[in-house]
Amino acid sequence: MSRSDTFHPFARVLHWLMALMILTMLFVGAGMVSTVETKHDWLLAIHKPLGITIFVLALIRLGFRLTHPAPPLPADMPLWQKLAAHASHWLLYALMIALPLIGWGMLSAGNYPVTLGGGLLLPPILPSDPLVFAWLREAHRYLAWLFFLTFLAHMGAALMHGLIRRDGVLQSMTGGRTPD
Amino acid sequence: MTDETGPRSRPPTHTAWRWALIGLAVAGSAAAFGYVAGWLAPDRLTPHRLVNAVAANGGEHAGFRRNHAKGVCVAGRFEANGALAGFSTAPLFAAGTSTPVVGRFALPGSNPYAADSSVPIRSLALRFDLPDGEQWRTGMNAMAVFPVSTPQAFYALQMATHADPATGKPDPAKTKAFFTSHPETARFLAWVKTAKPSASYATETYRSINAFYLRDAAGDRHAVRWAMVPEQPAEGDGGPAAGDTDYLAADIGKRLTAGPLRWHLQMVFAAPGDAVDDATIAWPDDRRTVDAGTLVLTSSQPQADGPCRDVNYDPTILPRGIETSDDPLLAARSATYADSYLRRTSEEAHVPGTKHPGEDKR
Repeated sequence: MSRSDTFHPFARVLHWLMALMILTMLFVGAGMVSTVETKHDWLLAIHKPLGITIFVLALIRLGFRLTHPAPPLPADMPLWQKLAAHASHWLLYALMIALPLIGWGMLSAGNYPVTLGGGLLLPPILPSDPLVFAWLREAHRYLAWLFFLTFLAHMGAALMHGLIRRDGVLQSMTGGRTPD
Repeated sequence: MTDETGPRSRPPTHTAWRWALIGLAVAGSAAAFGYVAGWLAPDRLTPHRLVNAVAANGGEHAGFRRNHAKGVCVAGRFEANGALAGFSTAPLFAAGTSTPVVGRFALPGSNPYAADSSVPIRSLALRFDLPDGEQWRTGMNAMAVFPVSTPQAFYALQMATHADPATGKPDPAKTKAFFTSHPETARFLAWVKTAKPSASYATETYRSINAFYLRDAAGDRHAVRWAMVPEQPAEGDGGPAAGDTDYLAADIGKRLTAGPLRWHLQMVFAAPGDAVDDATIAWPDDRRTVDAGTLVLTSSQPQADGPCRDVNYDPTILPRGIETSDDPLLAARSATYADSYLRRTSEEAHVPGTKHPGEDKR
């Protein structure tokens, strides 16, 4: 299947897999810093390896996206909506790469061992520096909130395309497009 | 790639309902996130609330730890004798292994200017730096048991012992009500009645209090607690001069100038039935104990610029071969230490909205 009005099947698989992972990640992150219960520990144990997995998949996805352009948006979409669509997509790409890097960097700056479970250990990517830790830790929080807001806009817009405009944009990612 | 994505199909019916569905999906997701993040769950005991409660009892001191604020950095090494290697795969227990250690002696409480004699408890935190980049961090206290077994009870303890603004002292009725409703505190209260502020950090036995598991090469786990038992003999008379409030750091500095100080890492193994998830219950004295090696401290530095300053002694940072138990205090320590660490580092970094260090009054 390589119709120009749907995303490549590989891109669709990556999209839905990563959507699930990123949503999980955002909820795990928000939950683990707001509880003193034992779930703090196992949420943290999920957060780090999941974040690195998202980082690796995001790089693969970015590479694929740059070599396999997305289907064009409908010609009758208002310009501001097209601009918003492009900007929010690139923002999502930027965040799915930046957030894991910032998390990795902040643990490095805080001189924490970057453990992924099962004895896996990542090397530090920044020298130990508590001031850098503090700035990155705050950035990690606020960019995560921005990520969630961008996700809400993305989901709302996708549903608007699917339910109101019914212009095939949502189907270009679900792949379930029925012939008109 | 030049074709349109197809003509729009029939105009949608029930548009209002469709918009409502979209709104519901977005608002529902936002509400779920708000709940998980705690904004829509005001009653939840968050790390932030617990740290506020602890810090309130000793005043907010920007740039300092929110608990165990007064302390001194030490450094040295841990020399393993190999006796524990059969019980844990952690490489630092292999015979003849010497692991560098960055440590910190401290007083409990959030006031960095507290008098050394104001509490009968001293603490020792250690970070073992393993050659492969792994770390073992532990925060130990020189006491027999912890007063409470859950973070909720610890929070209630802080609230019950807050100084009354009118008298400057905790309200005795509230304090009594707390201890009456928390009978697990009886063992701590009995111990603390006999405890006296020691004249030296060097003569104390520091205990993990919480239980952990060791994991051996066969994959079996062993519930343990540990104690750092000093080689230095307990002091007789000759305590600090009256009126001296900062004798501990001076004492440890003087002793370390004269030569290294040594403790033995005594690993205590639980017997079946021993409480592994309750820090208010000590294990009987006859439990199997393995001397795992010697902690040798060789130098000390003030905490303001010493190597321990920027270390969060989170006791859940463990190398392979050591694991957390189900003790609920461990996760709470991890979560609250992270909150405290972010507060003091962002104060040092002058992150907007934080107090600058040095602005607080003594």
